[in-house]
Amino acid sequence: MSDITKQSLSELIKNIKDKKLSSTEVTKAFVERSEKSKELNAYVTEDFSAAIDKAKKFDENPNLNLKLPGIPMAVKDLFCTKNVKTTAGSKILNNFTPTYESTVTQNIWNEGAILLGKLNCDEFAMGSSNETSFFGCVQNPIDKDLVPGGSSGGSSSAVAAQLTPITIGTDTGGSIRQPASFTGIVGLKPTYGSCSRYGIVAFASSLDQAGPMAQNVRDCALLHEVISSYDEKDSTSIDFKRNNYFKELTNNIKGKKIGIPKEYRVDGMPKEIEDLWKKGIDYVKDCGAEIIDISLPHTNYALPTYYIVAPAEASSNLARYDGVKYGFRADGENLIDMYEKTRSEGFGAEVQRRIMIGTYVLSSGYYDAYYLKAQKVRKLIKNDFDEAYKKVDAILTPSTPSSAFKIGEKTNDPVSMYLNDIFTVPVNLAGLPGISIPAGHDAKGYPLGLQIIGKAFDEQNLLNIAYAMEEKINFKNKITDWWIK
Amino acid sequence: MIVCDIFNYHMSIDLKTIKHISKLSRISVDEKKAEKLVGDLNSIFEFIEKLNELKTDNVQPLTSVAETTLKLRDDEVKSKNLREQIIKNSPQENEDYFVVPKVIE
Repeated sequence: MSDITKQSLSELIKNIKDKKLSSTEVTKAFVERSEKSKELNAYVTEDFSAAIDKAKKFDENPNLNLKLPGIPMAVKDLFCTKNVKTTAGSKILNNFTPTYESTVTQNIWNEGAILLGKLNCDEFAMGSSNETSFFGCVQNPIDKDLVPGGSSGGSSSAVAAQLTPITIGTDTGGSIRQPASFTGIVGLKPTYGSCSRYGIVAFASSLDQAGPMAQNVRDCALLHEVISSYDEKDSTSIDFKRNNYFKELTNNIKGKKIGIPKEYRVDGMPKEIEDLWKKGIDYVKDCGAEIIDISLPHTNYALPTYYIVAPAEASSNLARYDGVKYGFRADGENLIDMYEKTRSEGFGAEVQRRIMIGTYVLSSGYYDAYYLKAQKVRKLIKNDFDEAYKKVDAILTPSTPSSAFKIGEKTNDPVSMYLNDIFTVPVNLAGLPGISIPAGHDAKGYPLGLQIIGKAFDEQNLLNIAYAMEEKINFKNKITDWWIK
Repeated sequence: MIVCDIFNYHMSIDLKTIKHISKLSRISVDEKKAEKLVGDLNSIFEFIEKLNELKTDNVQPLTSVAETTLKLRDDEVKSKNLREQIIKNSPQENEDYFVVPKVIE
């Protein structure tokens, strides 16, 4: 069967279940295409021969009742994978091979999927363009020298370029939704507490969530169903009744109330994003949903809040990298000198910057002025959403204030890089689910995304709205395979 | 040290503050890196200080979005004999111990 890699996850599963394709054929096809796509730099670690072996083993005695029967997939290199190197995009973890498996990836293997390899990402997921990775930036398959977004940039590039049918990323301030938007794919950031954080390299623990990235909403719903689970190994994992997100998916959203927050009309937003948003509003109206104007008055304070809370938590989480228990170690004259050199040589510039911001805002004398203040504003931001959800079922916004930018365009100005996450960050601060779906192209032909924000634990409704809109939008990604010689 | 200009409320971070934070963070910085950090951190803090526009005296800080209390569990050992696994990734070890530079003279 030709063009295996062009098939969606649902098609691949059907073909494997109908015995029209074997797991080995499917795995070999994705391995072959990945081999030809090295220029994208999407992979940090390839595990191709092991993947083919696993696929052969699956085919010997295939369990076709599983949700991901013999499906190969690569995952972001922030998930610990037993006996497969896990770097978090950092030099400091370049020699780290976990002896255990993250819960989210374990859930995936339990349903029959097969690991293809580990995907590039910004160092410790700190970045919006994949340029902070120790392993170099990733190419966006949409156009040469275009960033794939970040921090899950290897993940977005790999799904858009069809090197993997689906993948998982993590999202602390937009790291699933923004790269999904930049590459024309679907990315879901679930409610905080839906997916276990056990075995995910920690960045900012009160914001981090794992989530699915896929070519379409159906595939995204299926993968979400697999990864979302209660886990006693994560103390913030929440025990709630999870839906069968895939089975219960419906495009009937008649009568749903969709909020349009006026504060998301930011200064300097390109007209094409404004137009896309209007089109999105028309699409949901076409689906029988009702549009309601709402206000989220503290939206403008979300990014400054995030850039206190996230670095503060990061500085604490990253204190563990001391060159003693695991990871890179530099030689030093004494213990302190060894610590300082290890961290100075092992972390990249952006990570050092954020550790230092975090250390400063938590330091004696400044805690109240910065960290406590940010926690209070975070409360106001969450209150805004609580208030809005008294009137609406979900909220529709653009995913990003622009389409993908060129590699190197924003690296010298950290604040302009941070502004990329202006529409995604409030969702993490409030712990809500958000999904980005591809909704159109700008004048350059680059994809643009729309974001739907849901109530906590209401992923089903969110996916339904996305599914209904996807049908109306009928988006086609423009991928020319320019990187394949 | 922080310099607070009471006329425009703009805080600024100087070289001495950077050196202090670098010591707290256990990240060594040379002069060149420290100077770049002064610029970067000042532009980031200028951006962060937007929060001062808001009055938050009567707002309760949000410490967790998950409105649940931590679950209690029985205090029983679930994983044991992990010594080999724990030591496996260490940069330097001696039998069952992590090795660090000499701490006591």
